[in-house]
Amino acid sequence: MRFSGLRVLREGLTGNKGWAPHWRDPEPKSEYDVVIIGGGGHGLSTAYYLAKNHGITNVAVLEKGYIGGGNVGRNTTIVRANYFLPGNSEFYSHSLKLWEGMEEDLNYNVMHSQRGLINLFHSDGQRDAFVRRGNSMIAQGDDAVLLDREGVRKHLPYLDFDNVRFPIYGGLLHPRGGSARHDAVAWGYGRGADQRGVDLLQNCEVTGIDIENGKVRGVQTSRGPIRAKKVAIVVAGRSGQVAAMAGMRLPIESHVLQAFVTEGLKPVIDHVVSFGMGHFYISQSDKGGLVFGGDIDFYASYAQRGNLPMKEHVMEAGMTLMPMIGKAKVLRSWGGIMDMTPDGSPIIDKTDTEGLFIDCGWCYGGFKAVPGSGWALAHLMATGEPHETARGFRLDRYRTGRGIIDEEGTGSQHNLH
Amino acid sequence: MRLTCPVCGERDRREFYYQGAAVAMRRPAPDAGAEAWDNYVHLRENPAGETRDMWQHDGGCGAWLVVTRNTVTHEISDVELASDLAGERA
Repeated sequence: MRFSGLRVLREGLTGNKGWAPHWRDPEPKSEYDVVIIGGGGHGLSTAYYLAKNHGITNVAVLEKGYIGGGNVGRNTTIVRANYFLPGNSEFYSHSLKLWEGMEEDLNYNVMHSQRGLINLFHSDGQRDAFVRRGNSMIAQGDDAVLLDREGVRKHLPYLDFDNVRFPIYGGLLHPRGGSARHDAVAWGYGRGADQRGVDLLQNCEVTGIDIENGKVRGVQTSRGPIRAKKVAIVVAGRSGQVAAMAGMRLPIESHVLQAFVTEGLKPVIDHVVSFGMGHFYISQSDKGGLVFGGDIDFYASYAQRGNLPMKEHVMEAGMTLMPMIGKAKVLRSWGGIMDMTPDGSPIIDKTDTEGLFIDCGWCYGGFKAVPGSGWALAHLMATGEPHETARGFRLDRYRTGRGIIDEEGTGSQHNLH
Repeated sequence: MRLTCPVCGERDRREFYYQGAAVAMRRPAPDAGAEAWDNYVHLRENPAGETRDMWQHDGGCGAWLVVTRNTVTHEISDVELASDLAGERA
């Protein structure tokens, strides 16, 4: 089934009776070449690129819930490539290019909207830091435009420019940054993988990983044992529990990150706006809700809900930046569980167990990485070599101290990111 | 979430600074080797359930605390002074 404008028109005129399910609901086979644990964005894109780029189609994606029901459907949907450090910048640059071709590639509307992202600054020193970041983005081949105060005012006239604590000096505009419909990304990759022969097994929880003589043999699941030559753990938010099934401990602490959405409003915020000094960022969804969030709650948690102090902090930051949003009513808030690594950067690597791979540690930035992460993990699993855009994401960089990617420059320690 | 400081009594979460897993109470010897230090600085049990972690009552008495709590329900079951546990290495 292919989507097209003509098809939508025809179905609309004939009662929408011609649509079929987007993927099959197969029974698990007893053996696959590759088993991917985790049917979130990263797991699905890994399966898709294994099939599309490497011709490996005897693949199962094991999802304990349903497709689109995990963090891929709980995030605030920001897509950007404005990283500074080598190791990160080439990866996110590649990922953004994949975003730009994703809808045609998948024949799926993920509502990717490159509406521009603006990071605000409030002092001369911060301006210098953003000039440096912008230059590194341009050197990477991406786009960055330095806006002065009046330049920001043209884009975002509704901000409080003369705030006493954080007067707005300017902003760094990343025109190709934006947002997308997050669950459509999961559905699009899932459908694309399914069309190429990948089995998406929902309600299939992995309960054990079978290892013999240092080699992975398969997994135990709530739908029976499944043998596999290669297994990937792609379960950000629950990485520690699944890795423990393989006897591993990870350099990860799980934290809760909250997000908020208001009632639907007429179009008012045209960009993604990031107010780093207040730990606040905001965009407006296509339904009209203002989607915003702040920092993690800053203590280890698996509760998919946050605490009140961070809610208050986020609301205060929003009111500081754009007093007008005080009139909007918050419709709901929720929390997602983040794999926080010591240096704030992710892991895509082999493990000490032959045939067992891990993709984790995305902190609060996993959504924009969905295509790049799947591409890189598929490459690693198919060829045995790290993809050129993901060479920095080694698991052993913490132990050795070599190759730490401390993007925020705060130090490589658990409670600092 | 509220924590009961053994010195000050029950207080709002905002009075406390979060340090992380109580592994901080088991600092290895300087020459213990890379594995021991990797375990101490980076690798975590990270349980979904009961855990012990370090908090400091920096908006109050300043004491370091070892808190036993549930990471799924946020229920606090015990708060002890780290100084009382230092001898037994928590």
